[in-house]
Amino acid sequence: MQALVIDDSRAMRLVLNRMLVELGCEVEEAANGREALDRLGHGFAPEFMLVDWNMPEMSGIEFVEAVRQPPYSSTSRLVMVTTETEAAQVMRALEAGADEYVMKPFTKESISEKLALLGLEP
Amino acid sequence: MTVAAEDFELVRSLVLERSAIALDGKEYLVEARLAPLVEREGLGSVADLARLLRSGSARLSDEVVEAMTTNETSFFRDVHPFEALRTSIMPSLLDANGRVDLWSAGAATGQEAYSIALMVAEHFPSRPGISILATDLSRAVLERAKAGVFTQMEVNRGLPAALLVKYFERSGREWCLRPQVRSQVTFKQLNLVGSLASVPPMDIIMLRNVLIYFEPAVKKQVLDKVARVLRPGGYLFLGSAETTYGVHDGFERLELGRAICYRKTREGTSCP
Repeated sequence: MQALVIDDSRAMRLVLNRMLVELGCEVEEAANGREALDRLGHGFAPEFMLVDWNMPEMSGIEFVEAVRQPPYSSTSRLVMVTTETEAAQVMRALEAGADEYVMKPFTKESISEKLALLGLEP
Repeated sequence: MTVAAEDFELVRSLVLERSAIALDGKEYLVEARLAPLVEREGLGSVADLARLLRSGSARLSDEVVEAMTTNETSFFRDVHPFEALRTSIMPSLLDANGRVDLWSAGAATGQEAYSIALMVAEHFPSRPGISILATDLSRAVLERAKAGVFTQMEVNRGLPAALLVKYFERSGREWCLRPQVRSQVTFKQLNLVGSLASVPPMDIIMLRNVLIYFEPAVKKQVLDKVARVLRPGGYLFLGSAETTYGVHDGFERLELGRAICYRKTREGTSCP
């Protein structure tokens, strides 16, 4: 199962990458929304993406809004993984097109259980 | 923190005597579960705690048994049983009987029972006659469950984000389940090793990751009693690593989608 981790923190990408590899995924990384859109524009279609909220160049929420619209119209599952913990932020992400939401800090179980809810069991 | 052999033995025999839960070889569990209690009591180590237990502190004995019988859990744990309940079992029982009585045995902090209540609120909102009973050995854990207040770490575990924003209210770093859902669940202290006479007949019994703690003979006794509580045609769910096979021959295995559950065989509820 292919995954894309989008986070501007190299340390966080490393943590998520390691967790997903342990769950049996093949993992690619992007440092912000713009970089992730570039990858998708070149035909990369992961089954799911883990998306940070606060990133330079293009934030996670801007990425989620963009990726659900043409020309991308991505059907990949989108999971926000973020320090934003207000109910209003969770709602905004879901309305924009995110499928699930994980609040930092989290464990490997938090990620695998959310993926299972989406029918993704690596 | 490490646990000395004689201290582990003290905790092991206390817990076995009071709850029939076998901790053999589970030193790690004693360390993990007693660390918060050690801290709360202002002690330095499990050895300090063991010293107070030996001096005969009844209150601390209770606290240790409670700490050792509490489970770490998540909402919608293992997903598939809840899918089977939503798509198949609940609709067919409601159509056939007009009511469903469900029991979450070993309810811990309430995530399993509340997952069912959330599922009912979402998918069967106008159907009366659905009752949810949640029991646990530990009174302290039940008090927490009843309050319906969960930490951020807990709501991160298996709870769909859409249900979080719809049915929980954020209060500081905690999330409070709305009373409309909370009130769907009745909580009651119960020792599965004792009498189940106070438990009414049930259509669905969730006995997940509970038997795992018992010795084989006690597992069979508990399943005997559970079989008597389960109505004919009812469904028993065990943990994903548990089975009735080789323990009790009064049940047959049934696969519903990717979920596995058990129903009573026609011959009866018990074997000699």
